[in-house]
Order: sequence, then C-alpha cells, then structure tokens
Amino acid sequence: MPSIRKPLIPLAPHATNSLGLTVRDYEGSMSTLCAGCGHDSITAAIVQTFFELGTPPELIAKLSGIGCSSKTPTYFVAGAHGFNSVHGRMPPIVTGANAANRANIHIGISGDGDSLSIGTGHLVHAIRKNVNMVYIIENNGVYGLTKGQFSPTADVGSTTKRGVPNDVPPIDPVELALSLGASFVARSFSGDKKQLIPILKAAVEHHGFALIDVISPCIQFNNHQGSTKSYKYMREHELNEIDSVFLQPSEVITAELPRDSSVSIAMHDGSKILFRTLPDNYDPRDRNAAVNYVSRTKANGEVPTGLLFIDQESSDIHDLNRTTEEPLITLPFKKLCPGKSELMKFQESFV
Amino acid sequence: MKPTEINNPNFFHRVVDCQWACPAHTNVPEYIRLIAQGRYDDAYMVNRTSNVFPGILGRTCDRPCEPACRRARVDGTPVAICRLKRVAADLKGDITERLPKGAETLNGKRVACVGAGPASLTVANDLLPLGYAVTIFESSLKPGGLMRTNIPSFRLPEEVLDSEIEAIVSMGAHMRYGTEITSMKQLLDDGFDSIFVGSGAPRGKDLELEGRRDGSGERIHIGIDWLQSVAFGHITEIGKRVLVIGVGNTAMDCCRTARRLGGKDVRIMARRPREYFKASPWELEDAEEEGIEIVVNYAPKRFVIEDGQLEGVEFDIVKWNEGATHSEVLDTVIIPCDDVILAIGQENAFSWIERDIGIEFGKWDMPVVDEVTMQSTHPKVYFGGDAAFGPKNIIWAVAHGHEAAISINNYCQGAPVGDRPPIGMNLINQKMGLTEWSYHNDFNPSPRQQMTHVDLIKRFEDLSLEVELGFNPEQTAREVERCLNCDVEPVFQAKLCIECDACIDVCPVQCLTITENHEEELDLRRHLTAPAEALDQLLYVSSTLAQTGRIMVKDENICVHCGLCAERCPTAAWNMDKFVLQLSYAGTSNNKGK
Repeated sequence: MPSIRKPLIPLAPHATNSLGLTVRDYEGSMSTLCAGCGHDSITAAIVQTFFELGTPPELIAKLSGIGCSSKTPTYFVAGAHGFNSVHGRMPPIVTGANAANRANIHIGISGDGDSLSIGTGHLVHAIRKNVNMVYIIENNGVYGLTKGQFSPTADVGSTTKRGVPNDVPPIDPVELALSLGASFVARSFSGDKKQLIPILKAAVEHHGFALIDVISPCIQFNNHQGSTKSYKYMREHELNEIDSVFLQPSEVITAELPRDSSVSIAMHDGSKILFRTLPDNYDPRDRNAAVNYVSRTKANGEVPTGLLFIDQESSDIHDLNRTTEEPLITLPFKKLCPGKSELMKFQESFV
Repeated sequence: MKPTEINNPNFFHRVVDCQWACPAHTNVPEYIRLIAQGRYDDAYMVNRTSNVFPGILGRTCDRPCEPACRRARVDGTPVAICRLKRVAADLKGDITERLPKGAETLNGKRVACVGAGPASLTVANDLLPLGYAVTIFESSLKPGGLMRTNIPSFRLPEEVLDSEIEAIVSMGAHMRYGTEITSMKQLLDDGFDSIFVGSGAPRGKDLELEGRRDGSGERIHIGIDWLQSVAFGHITEIGKRVLVIGVGNTAMDCCRTARRLGGKDVRIMARRPREYFKASPWELEDAEEEGIEIVVNYAPKRFVIEDGQLEGVEFDIVKWNEGATHSEVLDTVIIPCDDVILAIGQENAFSWIERDIGIEFGKWDMPVVDEVTMQSTHPKVYFGGDAAFGPKNIIWAVAHGHEAAISINNYCQGAPVGDRPPIGMNLINQKMGLTEWSYHNDFNPSPRQQMTHVDLIKRFEDLSLEVELGFNPEQTAREVERCLNCDVEPVFQAKLCIECDACIDVCPVQCLTITENHEEELDLRRHLTAPAEALDQLLYVSSTLAQTGRIMVKDENICVHCGLCAERCPTAAWNMDKFVLQLSYAGTSNNKGK
C-alpha cells in the first residue's frame, strides 16, 4: 500500500462537472490492493464515469461481497452509501436496498469467485428479477486473496503461476447472463478505459439489470505466460468490434458514423447509446445474435468485448411488482403502513 | 514526438525550476533537504560551492529562483528559498576546515582583479586554490563593493559580510585597498597574465545647476541609481508631480516607473526637439501610452529650493535653428514639482581603459564582452558583474565570476577560452523499501512562513540592527517541508511498462497519460489526461510501449514529485531517481565524461 494518501493539490487544474465537483470529489480512500491490480483501473473508470455523468454522490449506493474486488467500493465515491455484505450475498442486499429506495443508483461490485462460486444462485436471481442496478464482475480468473487458486472463470488449459494447468471448464458470465434474460450485457477490459467508461455510463442509465464482465488482471497471481487473463493476453486477444459511445442529453453527436446501419438506442433519461461500429449483421438488441457472436468468436480464441446486448424496453423489478413511483423510503408512514383497518379490508377481499 | 533524452542534463535541470532559474545554478532542493535534517554545515557547503556567499545572499539575493518555484504553481506562493539559505548560514557551525584553501605552491601565473565586489571575489575564490597569485585592487578601504555600499547594514549585518569575504581573502588574495586603477595599459604592462574587471556599473550623470546643492537634494534622483533602488525595493514611492530630465531609454524607464510608484503628473523635459531623442521610438510610444507628457524645447536652468525643499525647476523655453545647433531663449518658466529624476546619461566608468589597446566598446559605451566566456576583445581581459552587462545583482556577479575564472584558467594554461568544461549529471535511485523513499515525499499543505521583523521602536534605536529576525526552528521545519523535491524525478523505463494504468490513476495532478503518439507537440499536449497548457513547461515523452505501441507522456508542469506513480507501479517502470547536476568550475578537468 502506498506510503502516503493521494494529496489534494490546491491549484491542480481539474475540470469541474455540472455539479461543480472535480474528479477528486468522486474518489474514495487509497487502495490497499497490489500495485498494478486491474481492479484499481476499474475503480478509476467508475470515478470518471460518475464525475462525467455529474451524479450526486449521495444518490449512489455501492455494495459488495467478499474478495479483492469487493474491497474496491471503499476506493471510489467516498460520499456514497456503502454496504459490504457476506461472501456472495451482495445481489440480495441490493435487491432489498433497491426495493426500499428506487431513486438511488445501485452499483454492485463483485468478483469471479464472489459471483460465480459462492454467490452464483443470488446472481442468477438478481438477473431474473431484473433488479435495476449496475453489476460489475471484476474477473481475474483466480482467488487472489487466498493466493491464486483457479476461480470458476479460469479457462481450460490456463495455468497457475507455478504452471499447473486448469482442467475444469469455466462459467462465462456473459453467456450466463444472456441465457438468463439479462437486459444489459457487456464485457470490457480494465486496461481499456476508452471502452469501459462509455459502457459504465450506459449501464448507470440503463433501466434494469446491467451486467459488465470486466477482465481485470491479477498482477500477483494471474499475469504470467500461461494466463488467459493477463494484460498481455488481453491485449493480444481482445476483440473490440463493437464500439459504442454514450451521449448525455446535452451532448451533440460529433462522433463519425461510418455506416448507415449504425444503431442508436434512446435511454430513459434522454441520453443515447450510439453504436459506431458493429460486426456485420449484428444487432445489439437481438439476444440470439449476441449469443451466437459470443460463442463463435470464443471458439476462435478471441475475447469479444463491448456492449454486447441491450434491451432498453425491459421491465425491472419495480415494474414487475407494480410498486409505487415514489421510493418506499420517502413514502409517508401513513401511506406505507395504512393500519389495521385497511389490512382487515384487504384480507376480507380474499374471502 | 521523439522520446525525451533524459541523459541530457538540460532536461531534468529545467524540471528543477529553482536551480534552472538561479544564475549560479545552486542546488536548492538538496540544501533544503539538508536543512530539514539539521545538517546546516552541509547545506551551507552545497550553497557555497555554487553561490560563494550564502550568508549574504540569504539576506539580499534578488531571488530569481522564487518566481520560478514550482510551489507557486501548486499553491500560489513559492518556497522561501532565500530565507532558508540564511537559516543554513546562521546555524552552521565552524566550517573553516571545509572551505577551499589557497594552493601551497603557486603556478606562477598572476591575475589582477579590479574592484573587490562579488564578481572579483568569486574569481579569486576559484583561482586561488589552483595556484594563481590573485591581486585585488579596490579604490575604497574595505572589500565588498556594492554589497557594502548599496545594501544598508540593517539588511546585511557587517559581520556576515566580513566573514564571507574573509573566507576568500584568507586564501591568500593580495588586497590592495585604497588603490584606484587609472590605466588599463599600465596594468597590462605590469605583467599580469590576466585581468578581471569587476569594478561595477557606470554611474548616472548628475546635473550641476544652481540650487543642486541647496537643501538635502533628497527629492532629486539620479536615474540609474534610482531605478536600481526601486528594483531592490529601497524606493517604493514618489511624489505626484515628477519631472524627468533626459530623452534616452533610461529616461523612459524612469518616467514609467514613476507612474507606477504614485506619480500622477509625470513629464519628460527635453532641451531639444523630438527628432533628436535618443530613446527608441517604441519606448517613447509606450511612455506616452501611459499618459506621460513629453515636453520639448525646455532647457533646465536651476533647481528651485525653498526652505531646503525642492519646489520646482526653472526652465528656459528655447527655439532651435535648423539642425538644432544653436538656440535662443524665448521665455523662462518655473514648473513646480515634487521630485526630479535626472536621466541625462552615464559617467564613463571605464575612462581608465584606454581605447587603443584592443578592448572594444559597444552600445552605451559598455565593453564588448562574450556572454559565455566573459572575455573582452582583448584576450587577457575579462569582465564580470555589473561591469560586464550593466546593473544586475549579486548572484549574477557570482555566476559571471565562475565563468570568468574558467576562462582565465583556460587562457593561462594555453587552452582555448571557449572550451568549457562539460556539465555532467547523475541519476541516483532513491528507493529505500517497497514504498519508502530517501526523501519525504508527502505533500505538505503549509502556507509560506512569514518572516518576523524586529519591532518598530527597537529597530530605529540602532541603524545597523538587522530588521529580519530569520526563521525560528518551527518556521524552518514547516518551510522546508513545502519544498517539492523537484530534483527527485520520476524516471520511466518503457520496456518495463505493462500499461496497467496504475500510475495514471494514482497521480494527484493528472500529469500522466498513455496515448497514441502525435507528431506535433501542441497536438500531443491536447491529448493528455489534463491538457498541458503551460507551454514553457516540458513534456517527458517515453519510447514506444511494448504491448500497444502507445507512449507514456508526463507533463512536467505541476508534478509534485510525491512518488505515488513509482509506488503504484508493479514493475518499477517508474522509479524515483535524484537528479544531480554536476557543474564545472575552473580547474574541473575538461576530459570529464569523455
């Protein structure tokens, strides 16, 4: 861990956002992760995302489970609400938090172990219920905190630091999410903020469950020759055909649009996702196309990245349960809990 | 852009803003760290190597380092470099043993220095240990030159001045006090191998008219001296009505300065019409733009003094014939004023230098002097200090002295004078542990410490009571921590970088970027994490990175040298190395580094 805190420099020429805050106002404590950890880059991307979106810190709820990844909410947006749950139990806690206060922006940070070993069941149900949240899997293929055993996302044939190969087939979180009907599925790489930040912005604005699988090299245990989750491997195998930009309502389209078939998706708040480049005949609104694309490119030994699938018309958990527009937390007690007589009336309706 | 050549001493030297700005290139961060450690003797010696007079300069220096200080770009006020220098000088112990000593055997070469000011003393300081016999001629009875005459003792106590001069004189300089040199030819004929002229700047001319010596004359100023006093901060105000007599560039400087010091009605009084003015046309325009009235055909006749006070100046209004060779008086008027500034030219300071012995004189009757070697057009004769290029300040005189000493040594040893000893550099790893450095890397938000002064009543009891008390230990402790250690450089090795972004994310001032290269510097500057808008500050550009072919770029502008980039780097591609500039002085081997 660094010897000093990141100092605040009075005259550093930091830009301000629509709230008059600088990027430094969206930081948290100093990271205690290993120097060079991919997770720290994802943290920086999240900081930049909320800064650029101009999100009031007090409207953000950041939640996590256990693991290196789950330490990271401490390192961004010090002014946000936070909850560090039991291992693998972040999704149900978010489900509850989101049920109580739908006005907050919920961001869950998890890892490949937290989400795809101990917490798989909870992840699956959060996707199914379409909880309105950003769900980031900081995916490094190993259990870093326990010194580098294979995690469920380790590819067959990839090796430990000592050279022992993995024989157990992996779970691909993207394929899992697509098959479960997730409404927003993306993959990115911690070493590519240019791609990651627009995806994060779109995920924040997305109405429903947004899963982002971010390959995030473990500098200590999985950045070696036999790794398929190293910086080098990702730089050589990252397939970056799907290029999207996120435009806030006020932004004018200046991006070059080379093809007529470019897809533009309007978000609830008036912002837009604009796909600048897509593989031939690819429609990011077509779930089957996404499934086919991911499995086809994977078979070629490539790691497809980008915003792979989005269904902006999906119904989230509140739509499905027909809850009030007003967050339960701000609903007056009389309305939230109308009393015994109303309960009796309600129960009589079943008789 | 091409990768930065960090092995060129000039790159990191420019990053150490204070050292770059100092004419003598004093290693400021190094001595501030030594003060922080309580190593005052070492701090003093670091200073003395380059600036020779740490105690004097710690009180009187013009401080070119402070406006350059990075700290000012970071929190608005520079580190109090000069006053820290004084701390080292005041608190040092007995350093006699560590001072350079005169040579035991002479080398048979004789050098004459004219004037015993800082430039000549520096020449003696550099040449005496090499075995030269140095004779210093001084017209007054004490050494120090301008350091003694122009700086009042309440700013510079005499004992500080005396002890630092004595350190040089005691190395074996032959001091010839009360000896005015009247002929350069004679000096050359006396068989000196080399002559250094450090006799100070020419003086401004006075105007001896009726009334000049009545009263105290304190409201009648000699232009050049007055400007100098303003520059040094001795004069900070002037009356509302000011008459400037003279038509040269100095006159323009005087009237414009007077405007800034409170002059409302400032006039240039000229004897002759405008086409005969010496001032450059643009200087005239600039003065007029500032509301200065230029009055022609007024010839000064007498100073009007009443009860010892200057009331005005009486002028003849004249009419000139064609060619302005002859004038007739039309009328006489008295123009009332609060101050008069005389800018009618300079006394010829070099009347003692014969014009037919090979020493060429140029503009403003100043000698033609090489800016690097300080050599005049006569191979044996060198100039330095204010005698070389007009009034500057002590630290420049020291810098000139060092350069002249190198030249004189070269000349006397038969080497080409232009053959300057090389400037070297070193980069020394500062890593002490995984996240531990040999310097204090944290940013300290303390504001600049204010100097405490002797209270008002006490200071007027004794004219030579030093007004500034110097920093106390707490102030010193705070001020040293304000230094950003600009000489401890993040140094980057592209081949080790895995492009994980850790350094970029952790940098508190967003001065790092990994980006595609751009051919034009301006283009590259626009594509950085934070646009690099300070064009006078350098970019540090890496060679191509292995994985993506991009480059690492560092904007040197407000890097606070906190070392976080190096601490967060998993591969030690960034490391903190101390940059040490190896300056050369007379006697440094010319073969060094070759």
